[in-house]
Amino acid sequence: MGRTVGGPILEVEGISLSFGGVVALQAVSFDVREHEIRAIIGPNGAGKSSLLNVINGFYHPQQGSVSFKGAKRRNVDPHEAALQGIARTFQNIALFRGMTALDNLMTGRALKMKSGFVQQAIYWGAARREELEHRARVEEIIDFLEIQHIRRTPVGRLPYGLQKRVELGRALAMEPELLLLDEPMAGMNVEEKQDMCRFILEVNDQLGTTIVLIEHDMSVVMDLSDRVAVLDYGRKIADGTPGEVRDDQAVVDAYLGVAH
Amino acid sequence: MLYREVGQYKTSYRADQALFPILQDRIGIALILLLAFVGVPLTASSFTIDSILIPVLVLSLAATGLNLLTGYTGLLSLGTGGFMGVGAFACYKLTTLLPGVNIIVLILCSGFFAAAVGTVFGLPSLRIKGFYLAVATLAAQFFLSWCFIRIPWLYNYNVSASIEVPTKTLFGLAVTGPTSSPVTRYLIVLSIVALLTLVAANLVRGRIGRTWMAVRDMDLAAELIGIRLYQTKLLAFAVSSFYCGVAGAMMVFLWLGNAESESFNINQSFLILFMVIIGGLGSLLGSFLGAALIWGLPIVLRAAPAFFGISIRSATAEQISFVIVGALIIFFLIVEPFGLARLWQVGKQKLRMWPFPY
Amino acid sequence: MTHLLYGIFIDPFVQMGTAPDLLVQTLWEGLASGVLYSLIALGFVLIFKASGVFNFAQGIMVVFSALTLVGLNEHGVPAYLALALTIVVMLVLAIAVERVILRPLVNQPDIILFMATFGLTYFLIGLGELIFGGDPKIMISDQLRLPSGSYRIPVFGGYVQMQKIDIAATIIALLMVATLAVLFNRTRIGRALRAVADSHKAALSVGISLEQIWVIVWFAAGVVALATGIMWGARSNVSFALEIIALKALPVLILGGFTSIPGAIIGGIIIGVGEKFGEFYWGPLLGSGIESWLAYVIALVFLLFRPQGLFGERIIERL
Repeated sequence: MGRTVGGPILEVEGISLSFGGVVALQAVSFDVREHEIRAIIGPNGAGKSSLLNVINGFYHPQQGSVSFKGAKRRNVDPHEAALQGIARTFQNIALFRGMTALDNLMTGRALKMKSGFVQQAIYWGAARREELEHRARVEEIIDFLEIQHIRRTPVGRLPYGLQKRVELGRALAMEPELLLLDEPMAGMNVEEKQDMCRFILEVNDQLGTTIVLIEHDMSVVMDLSDRVAVLDYGRKIADGTPGEVRDDQAVVDAYLGVAH
Repeated sequence: MLYREVGQYKTSYRADQALFPILQDRIGIALILLLAFVGVPLTASSFTIDSILIPVLVLSLAATGLNLLTGYTGLLSLGTGGFMGVGAFACYKLTTLLPGVNIIVLILCSGFFAAAVGTVFGLPSLRIKGFYLAVATLAAQFFLSWCFIRIPWLYNYNVSASIEVPTKTLFGLAVTGPTSSPVTRYLIVLSIVALLTLVAANLVRGRIGRTWMAVRDMDLAAELIGIRLYQTKLLAFAVSSFYCGVAGAMMVFLWLGNAESESFNINQSFLILFMVIIGGLGSLLGSFLGAALIWGLPIVLRAAPAFFGISIRSATAEQISFVIVGALIIFFLIVEPFGLARLWQVGKQKLRMWPFPY
Repeated sequence: MTHLLYGIFIDPFVQMGTAPDLLVQTLWEGLASGVLYSLIALGFVLIFKASGVFNFAQGIMVVFSALTLVGLNEHGVPAYLALALTIVVMLVLAIAVERVILRPLVNQPDIILFMATFGLTYFLIGLGELIFGGDPKIMISDQLRLPSGSYRIPVFGGYVQMQKIDIAATIIALLMVATLAVLFNRTRIGRALRAVADSHKAALSVGISLEQIWVIVWFAAGVVALATGIMWGARSNVSFALEIIALKALPVLILGGFTSIPGAIIGGIIIGVGEKFGEFYWGPLLGSGIESWLAYVIALVFLLFRPQGLFGERIIERL
């Protein structure tokens, strides 16, 4: 691959999170190095999505801290996380159903569009220039993800696999430094998964985007990721390269459901 | 094959982003504008202008305002009547305090007062979501209605608690008050409505419109893209109330000639809401179609039986129109929740295929 | 300025202290109107609990049912027979609503159903005016053998006047709440109602007939509406203005929660009492007529501190 992994860009230390009486995460620590593809795996309910939600600010942990690009904090607002350069996709697809695919991607450019209210009201001039500039950028992403044919379709009408691709496109439109993908291949067939893998690899390779990915399909995880962290019942039970993790007894036990 | 876009390839994003990308649409709009600005003043009767065209235009503007807030941003508002009232009374006070200033300027300025009030009542949207927020707008509506009676300064201490419009002139022509001609008033209303609708169309197709719709569709996802929810919602309240305020000012100054607190009560709010629902939430065209339907229906009901020689009392016609409007709302929600505007779009689709069925 | 502060923070309490009989009177009147608000809210809660629909038309159902009762009586039908017939009419209405509105819209988002009830409201307003005319009518309290007159009870050196009809209304409301609470929690139908409120799909999959449940619930709401209409009409006339008063049920629901039956009663009492107190003790300061908006502002302030209402559940959004 044409990129080199750098130092840690994201460090999660001792995160504990609970809702009412239910403990979602317990003292989880792990780090993500710049330009790498990091997978988080684990049985259902292990707390993987909750961890992503903590990183991008939807959940505020009771204990622990998150450092992104050197800046340490416990709680952050989602839109601050976006400002810092973190983007994410969701397990259940969080697209704006009333809008077309193109508009969804254009919404991803919201932070980068600076024209003011009056300029928008007039449209001719500054606002239109900016709109076209960002339209050109978004069209590059549309070409990259091969979704030209559906750009004007309301996303509510798209099949599941294409919706996931549009959601990835919207995240890419933010030009993030860290991309959090929550089960990007869920519900896809073999061909769709291959396409998605290709996109993820290219994004990482050509744009240098650091990627954290939750995934259930083991072959995908083994092929794509540089390092893997394993969660079970809210705790991290293993951390290392795919090969190391695959052979780890604790991981095997967790997946086979051995009582402990 | 009239309505085909075959052969109209867009070679630039600029052409694609235009308001009316299809040539036939452009021609259609040009014709409508020509008809509105030139045809109507030359041919329509005073009755038509005063009783149908001006009211529909004014109410369309209010409906556009509400549509921006409820249809595009998803914030249900029951305070439209109150915000219209703020614009009306603000305009009245402005003409009292600044008698020399151009009336059109004052009408547009009164929109800002309405925007300010609207923003204040939108402040709870920081903590309150969805349906509960509608209650805040309801509080706004009842409170403002109360203010319009209880603050005599607003109606210059008039004994009957109502406001009467003074005669204002523009270029020597009377534009408000009993001496103004319907055509003059119509042209001013038309110009203001056309301009503000263009602004609304610009807002809606750009960044601001998208952030509004994002907040409507899934506010959590909007947050994580970096959209600031609170500012977006407050802006929606401000802009929407501006439009309603201007509509209210025009209602008094260019249509009715007088008003009182009751003109801006909760029933007015419901009326505009129904226009938006039937016309189509989230569609600017829908605001016009809904206003035309709801305003026109009682008129048609009153006139049509006379056509056939049957006479119906005016009150009965109104009651029948209530029944029909109620049934229509239910009908539309079942058959086409996106209202008349979607029906229009579907009609255009069919037109593209014409004369082939599919 | 001090005059204003004095008027807000000191004077009203002084008044309360120096005329305790007036205090009790205001309290009682607040309670009496609060009970009626609760009854309207109860109708909302019933329908919302079982179908997730916020029935904006509850207010007009109150008016419509009362009008039907009076209208039948005006045409010579004896009072109790008219009552029975009106109940039948409300059943027919419930069936019609289920077939024409609820069934076709079963999978639509709640906001669409809410707007459909707007349509229903206007429809019933128009229909009611067409059939019964738009003039206010007098409730047939005598024919129904409802108590009239009042008690004067000496208290704190003065006295309190309690209308017998208000006492009757309170008793009836409490009876209804008790009956409904038992119905919801102890019977098979009640369990089915709660199941439908939770999840339509799940309820269907265990064989509960949504249509039947909805008809039952709208009918029950219709009966509650009729009781409310009779009580309201007995205190003041039956007119379409009642429709707007029904909007007051919203602040009640916000305080009491949209799905809690006891909450409707408690919320109604809080709003009723709060409104009367505000109107009587603080009203003169601001001008008359503040009861037109006070209830909403109370609810609004409340929402700012507790966005889910008194009895509502905190919604934790899961992503």
